Amino acid sequence: MKWKFAVGAAALAIPAVGLLGFGLTRDPGAIPSPLPGRLAPTFALPAFTSGAPTAQHPGPVPAVDSVRLASLRGDVVILNFYASWCLACRDEHPVLQRVASRYVGTDVHFVGIIYNDATRAALAWLNEMGPLPYPSLDDPGSRAAIDYGLYGVPETFFIARDGRVALKHVGPVTDELLATQIESLRAAQRPDAPKAGSP
Amino acid sequence: MIRLRRTGLLAMAGAIVVTLASHAGGAQQKPATPAAVVAESILDARTREVSSQLRCPVCQGLSLQDSPSELSQQMRDVVRQQLAAGRTPAEVRAYFVGRYGEWILTRPEPHGFNWVVYALPLLLLAGGAWVLVFAVRKWTTVPPPLAGAGSPSGGRGTTA
Repeated sequence: MKWKFAVGAAALAIPAVGLLGFGLTRDPGAIPSPLPGRLAPTFALPAFTSGAPTAQHPGPVPAVDSVRLASLRGDVVILNFYASWCLACRDEHPVLQRVASRYVGTDVHFVGIIYNDATRAALAWLNEMGPLPYPSLDDPGSRAAIDYGLYGVPETFFIARDGRVALKHVGPVTDELLATQIESLRAAQRPDAPKAGSP
Repeated sequence: MIRLRRTGLLAMAGAIVVTLASHAGGAQQKPATPAAVVAESILDARTREVSSQLRCPVCQGLSLQDSPSELSQQMRDVVRQQLAAGRTPAEVRAYFVGRYGEWILTRPEPHGFNWVVYALPLLLLAGGAWVLVFAVRKWTTVPPPLAGAGSPSGGRGTTA
C-alpha cells in the first residue's frame, strides 16, 4: 500500500516541480516579440532634429521634416527607441554616436524615435549628451512604439533591405552587436537590384 | 440593486445634460444627440471590455484596463480608435497579438503548451481527490483485532 502512495505522489510532484523549474529559466519581465521575420510596421513621423555633424563627419547633415519608413525600403534601417528619462539610454548613446557616424551617407540609415518624452526634454538631453548623426522623431501618443510592441527603452530594431524586421534588441546596444548585425544585413542583396551578370 | 441602478441613471442623465450644455455654446460643433451619447457610452464599454482582455506590458499582472501607466493609457486609446473605426474586438486583439505576441492576452488561447494552464488545475484536483480517497479509506479501515486484546471496540480505542 505504501509504495502505491509513493508512486502516485511522485507522478504528481515530478511534473509539477519540472514545470516550476522550467519557469525559473524564463524572465517574467521579457515579452518575446513576434516581429522578427515580419514586415516592419510603417510610420511617418515628424523629426524634431535632423541630427548634427560630428567630429568624424563635420559636413552638414541634410535637414528633414519627417521620416517615412517606406521611403527607406531597400536600405538597412536601424530604429532606436530612446528617452531622455532613460538611464540605460545614456550607456548606449556614445555607442550609437560612434557606430552611426561611420555610416553617414551610406545605405545604412539610423533613425531615433523618442518614447513618452517631450521633444524639448529630448533636445536638452541631446545637447547635454552630444548630438546624434541621424534624425530623431517625435511619436505622439506612442503609436509607433505600440506598433513595434515596445515595452521599455532602449529598444533597437534592425530592419533588412526587404523591409522585414531582422532583430529586436532590448536594452543598450553594443559596438559588436551593431557592427555584426549591420554588416550581415548590408551583405544581403537589394530586392530590386539587377542580378550580377544580367545585361 | 435598485438604488445602484437609480444612481446610474441619474449619473447618465447628468452626463447627458453636461454634454448638451457644453456643446450648446459652440454653434459649429456637432450637436450631441442622445443617440450620439449612447453610441459613445457603448464604445466606452466595448473599449473597457477589450482592454481588460489585454495585459499591460510594463506592469506585473495588470490588464490595460486596470493599469494607470502612461503606456496603458495610450494603448487603451488605440483600442478605442480601432473599435471606433469598425474593427471587431477579435481584430483588435489580433492587432496586439501581432505586436506583442500571445503574451499580451490576459487569457491564453487554448492550444499547444497553453493547455497546461487549463488542464493542470483539473489534474491537481483529481490528484487531491485520489489522495483524499486513499487517506479516508485508511482512516476508516478497522484494524484486525490483536490476539487477546478483547472486544473490537476496545481494541480500536487503544490503538488510536
